[in-house]
Amino acid sequence: MSWISKTFSSSIGRKIIMAVTGLFLCSFLVVHLVGNLQLFKADNGVAFNAYSEFMGHNPLIRALEIVLVLGFGFHIYEGLALAAKNRAARGGQGYVSDHIEQNSSWHSRSMAMLGSIVLFFLVVHLYNFFGSLRFTDVPRDANGNEDAYTLVLEAFKNPLYVVLYVVAQFALLYHLLHGFSSAFQTLGLTHRKYTPAIKLVGYAFSIIVCAAFAAMPVYFYFFK
Amino acid sequence: MAGSNPNAKPMNLTLKVWRQKNRNTQGGIVDYQVKDISPDMSFLEMLDVLNEDLLRKGEEPVAFDHDCREGICGSCNLFINGRAHGPEAGTTTCQLHMRKFSDGDTITIEPWRAAAFPVNKDLSVDRSAFDRIIQAGGYVSVNTGGTPDANEIPIPKEIADRAFEAATCIGCGACVASCKNASAMLFVSAKVSQLALLPQGHVERKTRVENMVAQMDKEGFGACTNIGSCAAECPVGISLENIAILNHEFLAAKATSNNLA
Repeated sequence: MSWISKTFSSSIGRKIIMAVTGLFLCSFLVVHLVGNLQLFKADNGVAFNAYSEFMGHNPLIRALEIVLVLGFGFHIYEGLALAAKNRAARGGQGYVSDHIEQNSSWHSRSMAMLGSIVLFFLVVHLYNFFGSLRFTDVPRDANGNEDAYTLVLEAFKNPLYVVLYVVAQFALLYHLLHGFSSAFQTLGLTHRKYTPAIKLVGYAFSIIVCAAFAAMPVYFYFFK
Repeated sequence: MAGSNPNAKPMNLTLKVWRQKNRNTQGGIVDYQVKDISPDMSFLEMLDVLNEDLLRKGEEPVAFDHDCREGICGSCNLFINGRAHGPEAGTTTCQLHMRKFSDGDTITIEPWRAAAFPVNKDLSVDRSAFDRIIQAGGYVSVNTGGTPDANEIPIPKEIADRAFEAATCIGCGACVASCKNASAMLFVSAKVSQLALLPQGHVERKTRVENMVAQMDKEGFGACTNIGSCAAECPVGISLENIAILNHEFLAAKATSNNLA
C-alpha cells in the first residue's frame, strides 16, 4: 500500500488531511452547538441533562466519539508537524526587513498559533466537563440524569474560566475565518461561481458558531 | 504608467545590502550611499551605479542575478524593503523604477530566503531546484517528424487563454520568497495547470503531477497554507486558482494512475 502512504505523506496529501479533518471538526462544532443551545432553555437544565445523558451513553454516539478523537488527533498532529516543516523550509536566516503584512492577512498566517490556543482550551474544557461526566460520579437530577447543568453553572462562576472560554472562541473565530474556505481550496474545490459563496458561508459560520459558544459562559456568569 | 519627469531631481539613497562571500560563510547587512540616482533608472541600473562606484574604490561589487532586463526572463530576484521585487505590484525588479522611491530613502535589499534556495553570493541565490522540478515532469513529449499543421488540434479559446495565463510564469521564485512556508506550489501549479488544460499535456498528465510534487517535496519546499502572499507578489499575476487545480490534479492522479509505488 505504498502509494497510499506516499500520497498522504506528500505536502499536498498532508494538507488534504488537514482540510478533511478540519471540515469534519466543523461538523462536530455544529452538533455540539445545537445540543448546547439547550443551556439557554429556562428549565434549570432538565432538557440539557437529558441530552447530555443521551450523548454520554448512546452506543452510536460512543462509536462516533472514536472517529471524533481520530479527527482531532490527525488535525492537531499534522497541524503542528506541518508548521514545523514549513518553518524549516524557510531556512535559518530570515529577512531583515519583511513586510508580509502587506500581502496576506494576519489570521491566515497565524493558524498554528490560533490552533494552539484552541488546543489549550480544549484540554481545559475536557477537564471541566467531559472528564467529570465520564470518569467521576456526578449527582443526578430529578429525572435520574447526570446533572451536567450544575457542572456548567459551577464552572462559569469562576471568572478565569469565563475569560479563557471567551478568548478561546476569538481564537477559534480567526482560525475558522481562514480555515473554512482554505479547506475547500486545498481539496481543489474552487469555481468562480461557488467560491464566493463558500467564502461567505465560511464567514457566517465562523461568526455565528463562535458568538453562540462565547455567549454561554457570559450568560451563566452574568445572568445565572 | 507614470511618465518620466524631466524636472525630477537626482536622488541620494542609503542602501542596506546583504553581503555574503559564499554559501559556507555567514553574511550580513552592509550600508552604502549612492548619489545622483536618476528617477528614470531601473532598480538594477541603480545597482550598476553602486557597483561601478565599488569597482572604482577597489571593492568587491555586489553580486545579483539579472539577464534580459525586460521583465520576461525571471532572472532578477531581489527582496526590496520587505517585498519580493519591491513595493510595486505586478513588476519584476528590473522593471521597478527609481521614481517609486524618494530622495533620502533607505532601501533594504536582500536575497530570496528559502532552505531550497541557498545563497550563492550576496544577492544571488541558487534556484536550480526549480529546474529539477521542471525536469521531473514539466514538459510534453513530442514525436519527431513532419511539421504539424497549425490549429490541427482544436482548443477552445477560453481554455487556450487560461493555459496561456498559467504559462506566463517566468520562474523567478518570488512566490517562494514571499511565502512564510517557502512553498513552491504557485510555481508548480502554474506549470501543472498549463499542461493539464491542453490536449498536448494529457499524455503525461498523471505522471507529471505525481513526479513534480514528489520533486518539490524532495527539494525541501514547504506546504501551502493558502495565505495568498505568493499570488499577491507574483510579477505576472499567476492566480491561486492554479493551486486548487494542482491539488485536484494531484488527488485525481494518485487515485487513478497505474503507479503503485
